[in-house]
Amino acid sequence: MASSPIDLRYTEDHEWAREEPDGTITVGVTHHAQDALGDVVYVELPAVGRVLGEKGTFGVVESVKTVSDLYSPCAGTVVAVNDALGGAPDLVNRACYGEGWIVRIRPTSETAIAHLKSAEDYDAYCAALSH
Amino acid sequence: MSLLRTPLYENIKAAGARFVPFGEWEMPVQFAGIQAEHEAVRTRAGLFDVSHMGEVEVRGPDALGAVNRLITNDLEGIVDGQALYTCMCLPSGGIVDDLVVYRFSREHIFICCNASNVDKDFAHIVEHLGPGAEARNLSERYAQLAVQGPLAPALVQRLTSVDLSTLKRYFFTLGQVAGCETLISRTGYTGEDGFELYVSNDDAPKLWDALFAAAAPGELMPIGLGARDTLRLEYKMALYGNDIDATTTPLEAGLGWVVKLDGRDFIGKDALKDQKEAGLSRRLIGFKMDGRVPARHGYEVVDADGAVTGVVTSGSHSPSLKENIGMAYVPTTSSAIGSPLLIRIRDRAEPATVVKTPFVSR
Repeated sequence: MASSPIDLRYTEDHEWAREEPDGTITVGVTHHAQDALGDVVYVELPAVGRVLGEKGTFGVVESVKTVSDLYSPCAGTVVAVNDALGGAPDLVNRACYGEGWIVRIRPTSETAIAHLKSAEDYDAYCAALSH
Repeated sequence: MSLLRTPLYENIKAAGARFVPFGEWEMPVQFAGIQAEHEAVRTRAGLFDVSHMGEVEVRGPDALGAVNRLITNDLEGIVDGQALYTCMCLPSGGIVDDLVVYRFSREHIFICCNASNVDKDFAHIVEHLGPGAEARNLSERYAQLAVQGPLAPALVQRLTSVDLSTLKRYFFTLGQVAGCETLISRTGYTGEDGFELYVSNDDAPKLWDALFAAAAPGELMPIGLGARDTLRLEYKMALYGNDIDATTTPLEAGLGWVVKLDGRDFIGKDALKDQKEAGLSRRLIGFKMDGRVPARHGYEVVDADGAVTGVVTSGSHSPSLKENIGMAYVPTTSSAIGSPLLIRIRDRAEPATVVKTPFVSR
């Protein structure tokens, strides 16, 4: 399996988080997650302005087969959502680390994602799950 | 307890299966992906390992009569060499299982039942089988491969000298396929043409490999349970445990066409007759979501005040229609085609509409 991008941080719930130059955190689901879900047909997005707690649910990804909750990697406020997913939910499958991003969060803490997994640790975590 | 594996486990693993627990079995949920597999079966051909299904044989001088007293459909209505879709009911009219019953002769009947129901079904059959017949559970001896899709007949024909063009839908025959002794049944659970092939466990891997070897590139794909579910749902075929169970009757489930109330007695007949005469209070209907959110098994159907009036039994995105479809029990008063429904999805009531089924047509 391809290794995860090293510039991101990862949760045990298979979200990735990227710190942007403006301090916001972009969030999506990992390759492992989209692969396990299969063909994504709907993404339920939160309202901009919604306040999230760490590990709070902020949305839902529906594939043909299953429903999966999305969990926020950090506490903060939703500042943007990826509206392109409304017309093309399969972006989550096709470009999970790029155009398939889901929300952008203004974190309450500057070190909000520092404690999340590194790419190396996340890959090891996924490898352990599949055995 | 470790999960059971079919005789085709190594073949499907080598074909790239992603496995999931399915009842007591470790089964493939998908290979290439549900969407791609679904399209393959609708446009070309797909191969399913359904060896987890159960098989029960009934033999004896009155095997036909004995089985006929256990099922809602009527084996007198078909000929030897023909198969019958039917329900097997409790005295209440609730469904023990839905079955495909093969009439070899009046003395020899072969029953295919759902994997999760094998033990329950066999106990029910043994308990209620009258004199003149004996039942044997052969589930551990048989593997089953389903070859489904428009290219399936030509593909299977390459491996057998049996003239498949004369084998009509819901007929079966015994013959050699790829050198394996096979019960060739022109049946399936996808809405497409094709076959269900019953072979011994030992022969199953050989038959699996032979089918792929006989297929042109891209002609045949391995198919998992995920696409099996979307394929059957588009044709509104019931899934036991989801759409039908001991608390639902065949009449409520829209399976009145397999309930033959004239003539012989069978278990559940009185209850079903009463229900038919009294009229149904609820029906299993097909619906489409008006919006983009799929409804799922177990979601509640509600009225405008939020009171629960019914339940979704199956729901998915339809790979063929690119719409969200499903089945639900609703009050008869809301069951006409075109009736608006509300389905509770998370914290909202999402609109849906009762539609004609099957959702797709061949």
